Amino acid sequence: LVDVSVSNQWTRRVIVIEGRSVTLGIVREEYAPPRMRVGIGLPNGIPGTPGDAIVAWAARAEGAAFTSLGVIDRIAYDAHEPLISLASAAAVTERARLVTMVVIAPLRTTAILASESATLDSLSNGRLTLGLAVGARTEDYRAAGVDHRERGRRFDDQLSQLRDLWESSPGPKASPELLVGGSSDLAFARVARYADGYVHGGGPPRAFVKAADRARTAWTDMGRPGAPALWGQSYFALGDDALDRGRAYMRDYYAFAGPFAEKIAEGLLTTPQQIAAQVRGYAEAGCDELVLLPTTADLEQVDRLAEVVASL
Amino acid sequence: VKRVVTVGGGPAGLYASMLLKKSQPDLDVTVVEKNARGATYGWGVVFSDRTLAEFREADQKTFEQITDRFVLWDAIDIRYGGEVIRSGGHVFAGLARVALLDILTTRCKELGVELRFEEEMTDPATFGEHDLVIAADGVHSPIREHFEKTFRPRVGLGSARYIWFGTNRVLDSFTFAFREDDHGFFQAHAYPFDGTTSTFIVETDQQTWERAGLDSASEAESIEYCQRLFADELRGHSLMSNNSAWIQFPTLRCKTWIHDNIVLAGDAAHTAHFSIGSGTKLAMEDAIALVRAIERFPDDLGHALSDYELERRPVIERFQEAAQESRTYFENTRRYKHLEAMPFAFHLLTRSKRIDYGNLRTRDPIYVDEVDRDFAGGDLFSPPPMLVPFDLLDVTLRNRIAATPSPVYTSRNGSPSAELVADIGRAAAGGAAIVVTDPVAVEADGRITSGCAGLYSDEHTSVWTAAASAAHSSGAVLALRLSHSGRRGSTRPRTSGTDRPLVTGAWPLLAPSPIPFQPGSRLPEEMTETDMARIRDAFAKASSRAAKAKVDMLLVDMGHGYLLGSFLSPHTNARDDEYGGDLEARMRYPLEVFDAIRAAWSEDRPVGVRLQASDAAPGGWTEDDAVRLATELVGRGCDLIEPVVGQAVPESKPRYAPGFLVPFADRIRNECGVPTLVGGGLTNTVQINTILAAASADLCILSR
Repeated sequence: LVDVSVSNQWTRRVIVIEGRSVTLGIVREEYAPPRMRVGIGLPNGIPGTPGDAIVAWAARAEGAAFTSLGVIDRIAYDAHEPLISLASAAAVTERARLVTMVVIAPLRTTAILASESATLDSLSNGRLTLGLAVGARTEDYRAAGVDHRERGRRFDDQLSQLRDLWESSPGPKASPELLVGGSSDLAFARVARYADGYVHGGGPPRAFVKAADRARTAWTDMGRPGAPALWGQSYFALGDDALDRGRAYMRDYYAFAGPFAEKIAEGLLTTPQQIAAQVRGYAEAGCDELVLLPTTADLEQVDRLAEVVASL
Repeated sequence: VKRVVTVGGGPAGLYASMLLKKSQPDLDVTVVEKNARGATYGWGVVFSDRTLAEFREADQKTFEQITDRFVLWDAIDIRYGGEVIRSGGHVFAGLARVALLDILTTRCKELGVELRFEEEMTDPATFGEHDLVIAADGVHSPIREHFEKTFRPRVGLGSARYIWFGTNRVLDSFTFAFREDDHGFFQAHAYPFDGTTSTFIVETDQQTWERAGLDSASEAESIEYCQRLFADELRGHSLMSNNSAWIQFPTLRCKTWIHDNIVLAGDAAHTAHFSIGSGTKLAMEDAIALVRAIERFPDDLGHALSDYELERRPVIERFQEAAQESRTYFENTRRYKHLEAMPFAFHLLTRSKRIDYGNLRTRDPIYVDEVDRDFAGGDLFSPPPMLVPFDLLDVTLRNRIAATPSPVYTSRNGSPSAELVADIGRAAAGGAAIVVTDPVAVEADGRITSGCAGLYSDEHTSVWTAAASAAHSSGAVLALRLSHSGRRGSTRPRTSGTDRPLVTGAWPLLAPSPIPFQPGSRLPEEMTETDMARIRDAFAKASSRAAKAKVDMLLVDMGHGYLLGSFLSPHTNARDDEYGGDLEARMRYPLEVFDAIRAAWSEDRPVGVRLQASDAAPGGWTEDDAVRLATELVGRGCDLIEPVVGQAVPESKPRYAPGFLVPFADRIRNECGVPTLVGGGLTNTVQINTILAAASADLCILSR
């Protein structure tokens, strides 16, 4: 077996049999995938999860070296409120970033949202990454008594005021990292106009690549310096038992999406190989941090995932 | 599922029924077709090699029969301006539609599908006895119309007129032929489908069609007209009709394809412009996907049908997107008739964005070598288009790449920061031909942010001299974007967002009309004539300073809602003097400023304009307006246009995605006859070589 260097990165691996050489393949030497942080979601959106399980999960996750703890936001569903869940996580952790993916901003008044997020950022020593979007479900708007049709205008108003409120309102001063999510043309404009980056809604790496390209295009077009922070998310369930419950949860959680719920459930990452491929795919697409969201609230899911991620 | 009826005996209906019966022989499957057997419309159908592979997997027998009878070819010929450009390596298979139906009908019978010709089934009351109704009854589907409230079909009509013919002129390629006569520009789409016959579609724009009297022509007269026009291509063969009429292409989209146990397939569900030749292919792939979904969920029809729709919808949407691009191209071919044959052909080949410079090279390297040689004027070989030098007046650009360093916002009092100058040097050293700066203010109050650079003092001139020299020392040229911020000025550096008003050190704003950018923005003052004269002078003075600093090129900022741009948009210009009102009036001040710059700047060096190509907002400045302004500018000595879109008002929403500015650059370049510079998230050289070789732009901003 002979390795022939093709360039400083590529090597041709050749096998020589009876004087004839056959190329086995070209390998990339010392290939180092781009660095990407990997975080884990808290089970705040999984029905029936006791509050103390969320707190215990947070502590366990930081111990397992996950770089961030993610939460989701639903009102008309059996879920723990995201900012309050993160506040409890803040009390038992020291380093992990606390990220909302996402908070449905228009459900809250701008002043309350600014105050709560500043409070959380202050309590956690500046660890908040506030991901905001308009959300996809009308039930949440009905439950909150907010006109769904006004969501876009309301969201723009909020985004244009949040930073000013963080800087100048009487409460704790804060400067959380601000992300905007969504997939409409306007969502990418909002990322570039108001935010520090983009939070993607999930899907295979090729979907992330497209969205990231759009976010970068808007960013450059609006004269923003540097590049937008890019956050991704994916659901996982590890272990035979978790798999069925994970799928069932996703079908239930995405029931509003009709037949698409099944497709989304099919995207669930259930093996170490799938997680490795997803992590690699997102890293190569320029994702800064991928948060893997749980679909069952068993604490052992943290350990299982940590084991997989550590081996990558 | 026990009893299935398929309405419509076209490729989708027959293939689905056949595959279903094959997969579940116990099923009772009936096809109802309103026409007699063999009484079909249309000439040939086309498949790609990938579709054929799917056919093989779905049913070996019909696959073999199809491949026995089809004709294969791998070239696309573009006949234009007396030349024939051939691009190979594409792989198509053509087949007579009649032959395909014959194969499928025979196979249906063999498997025991009941076929009922000359029978209509449009009354839903009769559907009840069936567990599944496959509505494959074509683009005018009566079943879809009946349940319109569920399916919610939307039809968009193409603006061009076209007509289907057959001919015995034998072709060995997919042929696009272009002809011009006194009435206008025509094109033919032609391809072989058996040993002796070809499909021959003639298409033209509405105005040409009317001028040529084809709107009132009989079928025989239309044939006569087209035969004369394409006599060279037909080589004495005649055109044959099959109830041919001039129509506009209907692009059909439905909200859903499912209503209870009724499912749409093929043209009944969706259409994609014929120029990408995919109607029959998509219909038959629908059939395969539908039957597979039913196999996957044998006990749950609802699930199976939604699985089918979920599987197919993204594929269809992708094709419809590509078809839309292709349709738009063919509706506007006259825009490109000034081009030489090579770029004309390359533009055609890459029109749908599915094929680019990279995969054309893979398919036919010799053709792309020819493209390169033609672009560069080389004899033996040539570099790719992006490496070909370009002259703008006396300024020679070493290649087609422009670089824009990431904005830094570290300048103080308008004096370009050391960081900014260093970034310009680095960008030049990176190999770009031009380094294009961020907006450079022509007066202190014309800065966008407190960290923006300006060119309004002798000290600024000396720093820009250093910047220009840094660019020159690496062989690049420096282009300054001369700008006045207007109502978008006096904001904070854009590190945490755009348009955030300065809290301390703010300055007053000027705009055509006193309308703030957004709630919370500072209110601008309406410009007086004195303001207008002063700022016009400031632009001219800055140009003189730039010339003194040995800057090579200027780009005047008339975009993104900054001062000159805000004169253009009706959203931001509500003046009632001669500078507001109709298009002419709104263009007046920006044009006056341009004239002042052109006069103050060297005659030998280029002045371009960064031009608002559309507000991307209802009621705003439009693409047509931009073409008007570009034409006006070219007449006044504008050497280059860089289109930008949006930002004039906060509600504008361009479709941000890599290459989103290319269609604007393309239209302005080819309608106004001016070189264009295009940015908008181009991140790789394949995109850039494609844009250049297709003559959509002359220079590209490469970003990372």
